[in-house]
Amino acid sequence: MIIKDKVIKYGSNVDTDVIIPARYLNTTKEDELAMHCFEDLDEDFKAKAKSGRIIVADDNFGCGSSREHAPIAIKASGIKLIISKTFARIFFRNAINIGLPVIASVEAAENISQGDELEVDLDRGIIKNITTGMSFQVNPLPGFIQAIISSGGYINYTKKNYKTV
Amino acid sequence: MLKVAEKLENIKPQTMAQKILAWHCGRQYLDAGELVNAKVDLVLGNDITMPLAIEEFKKIGVDKVFDRDKIAIVPDHFTPNKDIKSAEQCKYIRDFAHQQDISNYFEIGKMGIEHALLPELGIVLPGDLIIGADSHTCTYGALGAASTGMGSTDAAVAMATGTAWFMVPETIKFIYSGGLKKWVTGKDLILYTIGLTGVDGALYMSMEFTGPAITALSMDSRFAMCNMAIEAGGKFGIIEFDDITKKYLEGRHTRPYKVFHADADAGYFKKYEINCDNIELQVSLPHLPSNAANAKDLGNIVIDQVVIGSCTNGRMEDLAIAAEIIKGKKVNSRIRTIIIPATQNIYMEAMEKGYLKTFVEAGCAVSTPTCGPCLGGHMGVLAEGERSISTTNRNFVGRMGHPKSEVYLSGPAVAAASAIAGRIAVPEEVI
Repeated sequence: MIIKDKVIKYGSNVDTDVIIPARYLNTTKEDELAMHCFEDLDEDFKAKAKSGRIIVADDNFGCGSSREHAPIAIKASGIKLIISKTFARIFFRNAINIGLPVIASVEAAENISQGDELEVDLDRGIIKNITTGMSFQVNPLPGFIQAIISSGGYINYTKKNYKTV
Repeated sequence: MLKVAEKLENIKPQTMAQKILAWHCGRQYLDAGELVNAKVDLVLGNDITMPLAIEEFKKIGVDKVFDRDKIAIVPDHFTPNKDIKSAEQCKYIRDFAHQQDISNYFEIGKMGIEHALLPELGIVLPGDLIIGADSHTCTYGALGAASTGMGSTDAAVAMATGTAWFMVPETIKFIYSGGLKKWVTGKDLILYTIGLTGVDGALYMSMEFTGPAITALSMDSRFAMCNMAIEAGGKFGIIEFDDITKKYLEGRHTRPYKVFHADADAGYFKKYEINCDNIELQVSLPHLPSNAANAKDLGNIVIDQVVIGSCTNGRMEDLAIAAEIIKGKKVNSRIRTIIIPATQNIYMEAMEKGYLKTFVEAGCAVSTPTCGPCLGGHMGVLAEGERSISTTNRNFVGRMGHPKSEVYLSGPAVAAASAIAGRIAVPEEVI
């Protein structure tokens, strides 16, 4: 899969409370969650997300709560991919489980700026920064995790692979 | 018999995390970094994460959960229902619990904060592999279990299959020596520790808390420490089973359990040696749990609210400390002091010991168990520009309410002293 889009850039420790504040967790509806995505961090997020659909961040993206509402809110806001130096463990799982691609790369995150245009080949693990002309190769995810993503998420993967006894 | 002994001798030394994960996937040894599918002993969810988990569970196409006794549903976050939407979410999980005949569903009146309630009832035990759709599921590591937070989809699949996938983590060993200063508890040790590691210093890793100071630590303080492993990015926070664990479990455990110990020569990613003699009462400043500082050095930080409670510090030890400091005094009339015993049993015991009377007489609000204020849900939401000191676990931007409010994290002693002083204070200033 190829994703070509512009970048919204954030810093370190973007936590789940600023991705989707707990006061909005009384629903599981995607569109309602998307309405409040990042509102405590960046009031311009919704406007930015109209032209930039790749988030790039520094360390420990998604730290904090286990709320799957966080990657759901981001995905429902139209974001196609998150690249970060590192991800918090639970957020990383949750994103994969709901089929939101995530790439951990220190080198790429350090060399991508707000508004840059990227072309990312998820299958081959190649991130091209069209704006700067730089290119980054990242390690592919383990086969089992790739299988979850290619199934369209963990639920579909389980439906395919789990047989009731 | 000899054969087994020979075989075991050839196994490489392992950490607690490796051993417990290996046991749950039928292996004798696992390398850090391996991806495994393992059987879980308990799947947990609450009123925020369970609705999503149930929606996902229903898509899998199985009729029944894998084991009605191995699922726990605790409506503790926005309960007693704070609004109509929360009421709908609780109704949804209640209906599911009844339809699936879930043994460990706890209605309001029996409900407590999940991470205080499940150990108290002996539902989570040493050697268990537990996953919960709540990041503070790592609390149960205090019993010598491997226990970690995951999302709703992971919980959904585990409810259907009884399994979850894990990457075997590296382990950081923390060795605590020395003795604790007056009023210092496990909360101060963990805030101090996160101050050393940073909020991602244990990312993807297991944290083993060891050493003579841990051996001497109460069960309640151990729960508080393991509870906050996630605030260093940790997957597990584990304390080995010992006499204190054994005593805690007497008359409590609901089934047999298995005890694991780390091998002395196990491979650790890193080791920290921490002398507790020097650890003062801690406060973590906004907006990261790693901003730990000595409470006595903070100067004049005026507060609007005090919260004593949560899955970190709503246990008997915490209420006893708060009561000792508050007894016979009035809390500062300018501020709100909210005290939330974490379970009904803790509430009862605090009542019998006179702590609740002490709190009410001092001008505190005492609530039925709820996570409410910790995550800015209800029962103590902050307005713009307000500041709270709280025995909870997170101080991110907007955590307890308005994005321009502030949360300072502490243990019960500093929180109680601050309630009297109306600013951040240590007990010596008010006693």
